[in-house]
Amino acid sequence: MEFAGKILFMAVMAIFVQNFVLMRFLGLCPYIGVSKKLDSALGMGMAVIFVMTMASTFTWLIQTYLLVPLHIEFLQTIAFILTIASLVQLVEMVIQKTAPALYKSLGVFLPLITTNCAVLGVAILNIQSEYNFIFAILNGLFAGIGFTLVLVLMAGIRERLDRAELPASMKGMPIAMIVAGCMALAFLGFSGLKF
Amino acid sequence: MAWLKEFTKGFIKENPVFVMALGLCPTLAVSSSVINAIGMGLAATFVLVFSNMFISLIKNLIPSKIRIPAYIVVIASFVTIVDMVMHAYLPAIHKSLGLFIPLIVVNCIILGRAEAFASKNNVFLSILDGLGMGLGFTLALVVIGSIREILGAGQFLGMNVLPATYKPMLVAILAPGAFIVMGLLMSLMNLTKKK
Repeated sequence: MEFAGKILFMAVMAIFVQNFVLMRFLGLCPYIGVSKKLDSALGMGMAVIFVMTMASTFTWLIQTYLLVPLHIEFLQTIAFILTIASLVQLVEMVIQKTAPALYKSLGVFLPLITTNCAVLGVAILNIQSEYNFIFAILNGLFAGIGFTLVLVLMAGIRERLDRAELPASMKGMPIAMIVAGCMALAFLGFSGLKF
Repeated sequence: MAWLKEFTKGFIKENPVFVMALGLCPTLAVSSSVINAIGMGLAATFVLVFSNMFISLIKNLIPSKIRIPAYIVVIASFVTIVDMVMHAYLPAIHKSLGLFIPLIVVNCIILGRAEAFASKNNVFLSILDGLGMGLGFTLALVVIGSIREILGAGQFLGMNVLPATYKPMLVAILAPGAFIVMGLLMSLMNLTKKK
């Protein structure tokens, strides 16, 4: 029971209270870049959930069984980013083969998951917070879900925003930032949650 | 005077943050105070200059298919150097920037300049380009940092600048403030560009 409680606590923390995009400022480029259409946002979100979970798994293994025993922890950044880059390449090839339509709509953003700081961020946070293997994987999964949640919400808002009358200087990026600010304000409310 | 143009274009005309909307994550995350902004800006500038220089030197040796992973390894090496140097000599700033120092690796500005500039130009111009873009990034961070620190804490570089009767708008240094200040500044840039 205690274990289940811990997992629930972790899920609420990662998805709402410490949301990667709105509270930690990780993964903003795809958040602003891919949130114009609902279905591509959903596709991107799924890809990120998958890559984040896989990345958490592999980077934890590499840190624990390769970097620490060999005392080369200072190579962490390089080792992690290479792991993530190869994972993304793999995901790209799988999606290209199995879902060409999705591949087309994600376009240039798929390779950009490599430089999505949320992925590297969750890998480093897992190590810094000294999670064990199971929690590291779950943290990656929950962080990915949190990312997808706000990405899809944002896409829904922006599809409607297209039809709104805006001053010319606010169109595009500026209004997206303001909307993100309002969402962050709403998410700030979650930090009042006490367990 | 072509070289002078390569140097100054990053300040305003092609400012990486306000005009090209690159590197948003560190921009919003570390700009809650001016001192953090300067620390982050200079760390990124160092990495930009050296990665641009190095990539420009080895551009003919890298096969074009694996150029992105190769660039990332180069960038990650310089980030590791910055991380260790800051940890040793500037522990306070290193601590408050935290996760965002290793995340310089995935800052789109650096990979973007490597791909768009250093891989096509000579060493001298690449260094100037890196320096200019880095200082432009620092400038943007300091502008956002100043606004947020003055509004949110009534301070500038830790000194009180507003009268004691001013009630700090705490929200400006929290996450929502970052998005809203950024959105308003981008809209301001759009307005000035039209004229």
